[in-house]
Amino acid sequence: MKIFKNIKDSLGKELGALTGLLLLGIIMTLATPYFLTLTNLMNILRQSSLIAIAAAGMTFVIITGGIDLSVGSVLSLSSCLTAGMMVSLGWNVWLAVLLGLLIGALLGILNGVLITRIPLPPFISTLGMMGVARGLSFVYTDGAPIYGLPDSFKYLGAGMVGPIPFPAILMAIIYLISYFLLNKTKIGRYSYAVGGNEEAAILSGIDTKKYKTIVYALTGLFAALSGMILAGRLDAATSVAGDGFELDVIAAVVIGGTSLSGGRGKIVGSLIGALIMGVVRNGLNLLLVSSHWQRVILGLIILLAVTVDVVRKQSSEDQDGTLSAFFAGLKS
Amino acid sequence: MNDSQSILKLSSITKKFPGVLALDQVDFELKKGEVHALVGENGAGKSTLIKIISGVHKRDGGSIELKGEEVNIKGPGHSRKLGISVIYQEFNLVPYLSIAENIFLGREEMKGNTVINKKEMYKKSRDILHDLGINLDPDTMIADLGVAMQQMVEIAKALSMDSDIIIMDEPTAALGENEIEELFKTIENLKKKDISIIYISHRLKELWEVADRVTVFRDGQYIATHPISETDKDLLINEMVGRELKEQFPPRKAKIGNKILEVKNLETKELLKNISFSLNKGEILGFAGLVGSGRTELMRCIFGADPKESGKIMINNQEVEIQNPQDAIEKGIGFITEDRKQQGLVLVRSVRENISLTDLSQVMNGIVLQKDKDKKLAEDYIKKLNIKTPGSEQEVKYLSGGNQQKVVLAKWLIRDTRILIFDEPTRGIDVGAKKEVYSLMNQLAENGVGIIMISSELPEILGMSDRIMVMNHGEIAGKLDIEDADQEKILSLATRE
Repeated sequence: MKIFKNIKDSLGKELGALTGLLLLGIIMTLATPYFLTLTNLMNILRQSSLIAIAAAGMTFVIITGGIDLSVGSVLSLSSCLTAGMMVSLGWNVWLAVLLGLLIGALLGILNGVLITRIPLPPFISTLGMMGVARGLSFVYTDGAPIYGLPDSFKYLGAGMVGPIPFPAILMAIIYLISYFLLNKTKIGRYSYAVGGNEEAAILSGIDTKKYKTIVYALTGLFAALSGMILAGRLDAATSVAGDGFELDVIAAVVIGGTSLSGGRGKIVGSLIGALIMGVVRNGLNLLLVSSHWQRVILGLIILLAVTVDVVRKQSSEDQDGTLSAFFAGLKS
Repeated sequence: MNDSQSILKLSSITKKFPGVLALDQVDFELKKGEVHALVGENGAGKSTLIKIISGVHKRDGGSIELKGEEVNIKGPGHSRKLGISVIYQEFNLVPYLSIAENIFLGREEMKGNTVINKKEMYKKSRDILHDLGINLDPDTMIADLGVAMQQMVEIAKALSMDSDIIIMDEPTAALGENEIEELFKTIENLKKKDISIIYISHRLKELWEVADRVTVFRDGQYIATHPISETDKDLLINEMVGRELKEQFPPRKAKIGNKILEVKNLETKELLKNISFSLNKGEILGFAGLVGSGRTELMRCIFGADPKESGKIMINNQEVEIQNPQDAIEKGIGFITEDRKQQGLVLVRSVRENISLTDLSQVMNGIVLQKDKDKKLAEDYIKKLNIKTPGSEQEVKYLSGGNQQKVVLAKWLIRDTRILIFDEPTRGIDVGAKKEVYSLMNQLAENGVGIIMISSELPEILGMSDRIMVMNHGEIAGKLDIEDADQEKILSLATRE
């Protein structure tokens, strides 16, 4: 009995997004025979992995009550520099990838330092970084794509392990790591505490600056990894890559039920959020819906997801009767 | 003025919050043109009553009669329409709008349907201000006004809405002597216009200058109403406190040990000057003083939350360097803050996560959090401190004030905390929970913990402390042994200029 309850409880929190994902799957299956095929599903996983991986980092940032607008630019800059190392300098692929990831993490650390030491609001700090990183990416490439990437690098984005795309495997690994970090380590616990009440966290002896910086570093690192995957898949690193990417990533996290006001959120939700966006894009493509209308529909889905979340929260709190009055009392 | 005409009559009003009966069938009557003072200790139910009258809270029982007719106040807007205005301690003014714009906020005078009629608003504002005897240009920005003038704007706003009942919550708390006099003149003025005023204040002395009648609440219950001329301060205090100190504060066998903390010549940039004191093991050291006297600032500084300018802190006779709360916590200091919701707890997280926040290493294995250990730790303390919660996974925000306070306490008890600072330990919690908190403090002291307790409630200071420090304008104005201390001595030290 207790086991059932546990499963129900842990699922219950993800149920909204998960139901949405399944529902969308059913609708797409009924709408087009091309949706429910192994090739297509694997394609969705490959496409979703970009947003999903960056969204894992973003989930931490948003749980701390922050935001990172620079992920798209970080993706571009780190992938262009990595490509440059491999193509122009002829460096070893692994070394280049490692350095590229490090650059992403460093840009994230820089965000964290600006946010915790000056301190700048996360929105401003990462908005600035968004411009700087994107600009540097243009400066470095002079706006021209870098082609001719080594095959072993292309494997990151285009490789297959049996029927499964390699990026999907990377995505799974990133989510396992993120789940562990969020639920089983200080990084996660303190992220929740900082986002829920930063002052209380400080007065509990938590080095909030350190943990916030770690979280932005993580986001930068994951964004850079997304950049490698994208460059590998396209066989090109470009300075325009990931334009508007930050909004997709934030949308995935929000659709997954993480609260922008901080303190609450689940890593699995973000994965489901990214998959929902992937399924919608894919399904609409199969149905030959124009990309213009796709934007409209994705926008509506964000609104719907958050509305459902808000309404559900309200109704569950009203069941407890006097709670809303109680909160009015708390505020005073 | 017709003395017998009742404008507002509340009968058997009851209000429950989770875990607290905030109002228990209280009565209150307001006559036309009177100033009716409402007094009681913190938690007596004054604020709740006001919130019911102003429509912020819905009552759970009882009836409200306004001008002879029973009404059901649906919300703050409705209450305002009925002619009731509240002037809260925290003003509801928009700082970067003008006086006139604030007075007419949400009810702007219009030319036709779309254009705001500035001229008309300014003219009306000037008339009202003039009526109040104030010479201020309605074009002045609120941010440029002092507290007293902002309060006048609030009163003007109430008048502009044709309110005939004005509720003032601690109106003199932030005012200087002269400003208070001005306020009382204005109130006299309002009475002449047949406006009725509910006047809430902790400063009992001023009631004889301003009020016609006074009603006492205690622990959510109605105690008595007197014409002000037929009562005196002692009688009111008796009714407000209503119980002997001994009953309220559990006895303790003080076993005072060695010096554990010593502060020498501590100063900060802004407020604190030359603070020196010491704390012994097993002792409860009370810190009395007015709000703003620097008690909380001192403790934040000792705890490393704010920087110190100069001075020494010694623990067990060794000088220590405390740069931030982490340092303080490592040295065995704990800090139970005044405002547990803003500073003590992560409200949206569970009891379990809150309790282990000060020392995760206990529930970790290497770098991995052990949920079962975490849970067991929380459950142990839920039991030990008798925290009323459906379980360790409950979000803290759903707990009552007293139980939240126990969660904060648990945070420090899971560590080997040797010095524990309580800032207003029983603020906003009900009587039963207060007693439990006192017993816990006594137990800790008996176990050799050194306790510092800041409190603005004198009975609490006198009932709990072994020694008392009185602060005044950032300095220690006096040190009293409990045998020599009484309310008057403390007050005179705290208020001496």
